[in-house]
Amino acid sequence: MSELILKEEERISLSLRSLYKKYGYQPYKMSKFEEYDLYVTNKEFLVGDGVITFNDTDGKLLALKPDVTLSIIRNSVNAADKRKVYYDENVYRISAKTKQFKEIRQVGLECIGDVGIYDEYETVTLAAASLAEISEDFVLDVSHLGVLSAILNSVSENREFQSALMFCLAEKNVHEAESICDSFGVSEEDKKRLSILFTAYGAPQEVLEKLAPVCKGKAKAAFKKLQTLCKLLGNSKYAKKIRLDFSVVNDMNYYSDIVFKGFIDGVAEGVLSGGRYDKLMVRMGKNVGAVGFAVYLDLLEGFREEKSATDVDVLILYNEKTSITVLVKMVEKLTKKGYSVSAQTCKTGLRYGECVDLRGGNV
Amino acid sequence: MINIALPKGRLGEKIYDLFERAGYECPSIKEKNRKLIFENEEKGVRYFWVKPSDVSIYVERGAADIGVCGKDILAEYSPNVYELLDMKTGVCRLAVAAKKGFYDDGRHTLKVATKFVNCAKRFYAAKSRDIDIIHLNGSIEIAPILGLSDVIVDIVETGSTLKENDLEVVETIFPISARLISNKASFKFKTKEIEDLVEKVKLLLNEKEL
Repeated sequence: MSELILKEEERISLSLRSLYKKYGYQPYKMSKFEEYDLYVTNKEFLVGDGVITFNDTDGKLLALKPDVTLSIIRNSVNAADKRKVYYDENVYRISAKTKQFKEIRQVGLECIGDVGIYDEYETVTLAAASLAEISEDFVLDVSHLGVLSAILNSVSENREFQSALMFCLAEKNVHEAESICDSFGVSEEDKKRLSILFTAYGAPQEVLEKLAPVCKGKAKAAFKKLQTLCKLLGNSKYAKKIRLDFSVVNDMNYYSDIVFKGFIDGVAEGVLSGGRYDKLMVRMGKNVGAVGFAVYLDLLEGFREEKSATDVDVLILYNEKTSITVLVKMVEKLTKKGYSVSAQTCKTGLRYGECVDLRGGNV
Repeated sequence: MINIALPKGRLGEKIYDLFERAGYECPSIKEKNRKLIFENEEKGVRYFWVKPSDVSIYVERGAADIGVCGKDILAEYSPNVYELLDMKTGVCRLAVAAKKGFYDDGRHTLKVATKFVNCAKRFYAAKSRDIDIIHLNGSIEIAPILGLSDVIVDIVETGSTLKENDLEVVETIFPISARLISNKASFKFKTKEIEDLVEKVKLLLNEKEL
């Protein structure tokens, strides 16, 4: 019965929370309001969306919490130990496109502290497990910004070139990337190396094979890390659902190493997003590593929900002539049998299965 | 089944012909009627006609898996999609045009009339030029003639409309052609089908070039 009453996104939120608890993540509850200062300095972390602000009673500028990660980092202690937390929170933003206020429900986890390869593995696996809770038709795309930036740096350290190329990469836009390379005078050999980033995606082992020859120098160290992670993931339950795809690019000012994005068949946007964000930690004065992800439950609203043809099983009509005792008994009798009932004085827009008319005192 | 959004009009018909030659035909599309959706189950395609500027919205929101629209639309609305192929058709450019002999001495705020507000803003912001944007929906060419604006930012194909109205191109902002775009999630779950289609269309385009 409870499953019928729970909405799909509520059911998912419950199962995700119990999944994270199983791996020792502690619940994290936070205030709806934060000081605006926290967000001003890390505006781009919110992917272009705006923050809803208002004044505190003493005039201080506050924000309706637009993000959970930043708050967790701020409250994390700067110690060698690891802190693993999960959350289920509503956040508020101003859509960059429509300029409307929007409420987003995020469930996610963060692992902050002395983060290593095991933690990266655990986070990616939990991300895959989270998607599996939603639907078995899912894909988790993994990319590695360490590999990406090392390859880009080896071609050119020009910021303008790099950001233009990253933009094309996110769009899998090979033709535009070619013309950018031409305008920056990139050599034919480097062009070939870059094209592998664009065209190699799919099963991790296959992509790694294609990628190995172009990873030299600094890229080699990052490549080794990715290789180790992929090997571990290859033995996991979700190995077939995990793919390498360098079009997953998050802001390099915040993220380092792995980043990933999860997709569900039937939902038009990525529903899960995460990665390792050591650089954000440094920007916020914390000298430790961090990895985490969030699931955007608002995108799942109505996902796979069966449309019911009726709102209630039985509509009971009554008026001033109806004996109240008769009405009460009728409602009790029907609800006891497990029917949903709505007592009304006239037919409204409500869709019903059966109608019991008690008007005029007779059944 | 791949859902394909095509831009209504001459460009869309040209694009459909290309898809047809690539082996994704749907004969019912050529029947003269007011239907908007056409399906060929055997070939695994469903086409529908939408307003050209709406193609990217259908694709971004997943109502269409792939679609074809001009680079101008993509640059203006920056939809979150993959841009998989330059179709090299519908070639034109986004340009700044003004009355013949116009000279921008930079002393006043430049009045710019355009349909492409974001593109124009970006272009002038990069030059740090102070502008006043006038958003128009059509017949942009008339704005400088009536003194509504100093310049216009608009699509220029052959330049004959400009010439007839005594206007000329001052500067090209970027070249435009039709692009094949894909919804990101659709690409994950229909990878093979979409890749096959893109590959076949690409081959045809290359043949044409040779």
